[in-house]
Amino acid sequence: MTKALSVVQLVKTFGSTRALDGLDLEVRVGEVHGFLGPNGAGKSTTIRILLGLLRADSGRAELLGGDPWSNSVDLHRRLAYVPGDVNLWPNLTGGEAIDLLAGLRGGIDERRRADLLDRFELDPTKKARTYSKGNRQKVAIVAALASDVELFLFDEPTSGLDPLKDEVFRDCVREAVADGRSVLLSSHTLSEVEALCDRVTIIRQGRTVESGSLSELRHLTRTSIRAETARPAVGFGDHPGVHDLEIEGLRVQCEVDTAQLDEVLRRLLDFELTSLTCTPPTLEELFLRHYGDEVPGGSGL
Amino acid sequence: MSTVATGRHPSPAYAGTGRLIRLALRRDRVQIPVWLVAFAVVYAISVVSLKDLYPTANDLHLIAVSSAVSPVVLATNGLVSGDSLGAVVAAQTLLFLALAAGLMNSMMVVRHTRQNEETGRAELVGAAVVGRRAMLTAALLVALATDVVLTVLLTVVSVAFGLPVGGSLALGAATGATGLAFAGIAAVTAQVAEGSRAANGLAGAALGLSFLLRAVGDTTGSVDESGIRVTSAWPSWLSPIGWAQQVRPFDADKWWVFAIFALFVVATVWLAYALTGRRDHGAGLVQPRPGPARAAPRLPTALGFAWRMQRTTLLWWALGIAVLAVTYGSIADEMDNFLDEGGAVADMMTQLGGGAEALTDAYFAVTFLMMSFFTAAYAVQAVLRMHGEESSGRVEPLLSTALGRAPWMLSHVVVVVVGIVVLHVILGVAVAVPYGIAIGDVGGPLGELMPAALAFVPAVLLVAATAVLCVGAFPGRAASIAWGLFVVWVLIGQIGPLLNLPQWVMDLSPFVHVPALPAAELRALPLVVLTVLAVLLAAAGVAALRRRDIAVQ
Repeated sequence: MTKALSVVQLVKTFGSTRALDGLDLEVRVGEVHGFLGPNGAGKSTTIRILLGLLRADSGRAELLGGDPWSNSVDLHRRLAYVPGDVNLWPNLTGGEAIDLLAGLRGGIDERRRADLLDRFELDPTKKARTYSKGNRQKVAIVAALASDVELFLFDEPTSGLDPLKDEVFRDCVREAVADGRSVLLSSHTLSEVEALCDRVTIIRQGRTVESGSLSELRHLTRTSIRAETARPAVGFGDHPGVHDLEIEGLRVQCEVDTAQLDEVLRRLLDFELTSLTCTPPTLEELFLRHYGDEVPGGSGL
Repeated sequence: MSTVATGRHPSPAYAGTGRLIRLALRRDRVQIPVWLVAFAVVYAISVVSLKDLYPTANDLHLIAVSSAVSPVVLATNGLVSGDSLGAVVAAQTLLFLALAAGLMNSMMVVRHTRQNEETGRAELVGAAVVGRRAMLTAALLVALATDVVLTVLLTVVSVAFGLPVGGSLALGAATGATGLAFAGIAAVTAQVAEGSRAANGLAGAALGLSFLLRAVGDTTGSVDESGIRVTSAWPSWLSPIGWAQQVRPFDADKWWVFAIFALFVVATVWLAYALTGRRDHGAGLVQPRPGPARAAPRLPTALGFAWRMQRTTLLWWALGIAVLAVTYGSIADEMDNFLDEGGAVADMMTQLGGGAEALTDAYFAVTFLMMSFFTAAYAVQAVLRMHGEESSGRVEPLLSTALGRAPWMLSHVVVVVVGIVVLHVILGVAVAVPYGIAIGDVGGPLGELMPAALAFVPAVLLVAATAVLCVGAFPGRAASIAWGLFVVWVLIGQIGPLLNLPQWVMDLSPFVHVPALPAAELRALPLVVLTVLAVLLAAAGVAALRRRDIAVQ
């Protein structure tokens, strides 16, 4: 089995709203897969279908080799889920909630539990009603990471954590993957996805718009180039891979399709380069290209 | 100019009150009208049926005389004062009107204060320009406005039936004032308690206590020489519901009693404001103490967790049922004594009832019917806990573990079923033992009354099962449907006979089918049918839950 989960042409409607409209997603065993999309794109709905909490209208979803709707209980022994908005029982302590969730999942690794409480600096004796959002999230994270499971489903797990605990979370995810576990990480924090993920799926309005490894996706973006040449770069803008070209005397500034970078740079050499600055594309640019006003509805694939 | 400006801008502690009032009215735009219409309709129906039941002055006089000397009637129906139509209406309805007004007000105040804080709505609003006291003030003003409308509504209904205006206003205002008193009590419990459930629980306990205090005061009071007026003992004066009755509408119209209400409301509201200043947002006055760092071994199991969620509710209901049952059990002996003493009324009632024993038996049958309404209310509340877990999003992490939907639901059902049986055992014991001690034979009454108490279990199970079906099949409106059915069934049992409802309508209520032990013979068939129906409905609820989407936020 090389796939931890796969989703093909998933459709889910709530009344007249079409939350998922033919969504595709695949997470390979042993990878951290980033699941990106703006608010309301359908990330949580997808994860809830994978958890068997919601039933898909059509399409296929497979999780750890089983059907998430009909085999949910068996599958849930092998996965752990951290929701973005953690609701706990106000009269249980954090420690009780951790034991409850991990225990119902099938058991808890005592050493890991103690270690995680320590690293996340969570006081397990406080009643959940007194916890902040970040502390409630820590409870769910500790309960998940202290369970011995094959797959983690994280739905914006760090939205309430401070930057230090954010880093602790990243370390924990790296350790989990080093142990051979798989992770689906839904997020709209791009730095988190860039830091952790091997591959990324970007969705919009219930549909997959991009999917691939980070370097593949970078390929679809534009690299910005600033250069100074000895001779005026006459005719440089004719190349189809060059965009937003500005030439001011000997100064050249433009955006280049990353896929055409090699060819464009060779052409620039013809004008005798005296200086060159290349800014690599960030996920953010990719994101903005899909969701910003710049390229409405455009898809690179 | 500046003085004008300060006059227009009240203390910043109250800033934003107006906006909060509009918000509260918008949230309650269905709830408040439904309550008010229900008050008016049920009251109008009661007046009509009482007019029908006692058409002549002689009938009214007889019912007043016989009620005044009956501890049972005094305990369960209310204080007797006068023999005019209005006075009889007041004796039969004011207790329930006051009780319902107290319930409506305390829930309303908690909803617009603590519940707002818990859901985080208050924070959203509080971050806007809203003063410290604005939320409580808005909640109290909404309660006050509702009580004024309620007072007017009841007065109009009474006058429409030709009752004297003064007494009509007195009865309406006594109801409204009781409501306001409990708005004040809830304002305090909302500050003291750890959360909205606890705040509602404390206010509910206060309501139960004031019901009980006046029951004790009224039954231990004395009848004056006219024979139609009861002078209550002092415990009645400790209870807002007792004060409402002491207004004695249509008989004495004692307006000065409203001064007690006014003092009480001012005192509770003052206390509530003093407490708001002393606690943090979202916290009670009672600081939550640290709890265990580890869960008990049985918590991470379906049944263990359901028990943990349900045990506090069951404990409080058990306590309340026990106190009420002991009270009713103790009064039963008064009944015997009263009949033993003889006299004209006793003769008349013995003729009607066919002997002292039959009358006592009828009393127990009615007591168990009334108490089973309470245990059914427990059942609905406990089953709807699942609905609460789902709509608050807490069920999502739970069902994402290896806990299946059916085991989750069934473990709650098991706890509720055990809870119902336990409550009825407590009920039987708590009624039988005080009565047994009074008559010097505990074993006899226990053997006779325990089956009578347990006979209601199947009917209550059916009520619980309909709530399970609601949770499983109608996640959006489980609470309103389940409580709505409960109210309809209780009303069918209570006012159906007065209205001469056709038998098939009466048959819709599960309570109607329970043999009225110990007065009637035990028949097993209806109990078996009720139980089988309950099992089928609960199974349908589980099946529906397994087929649908879990409600997500």
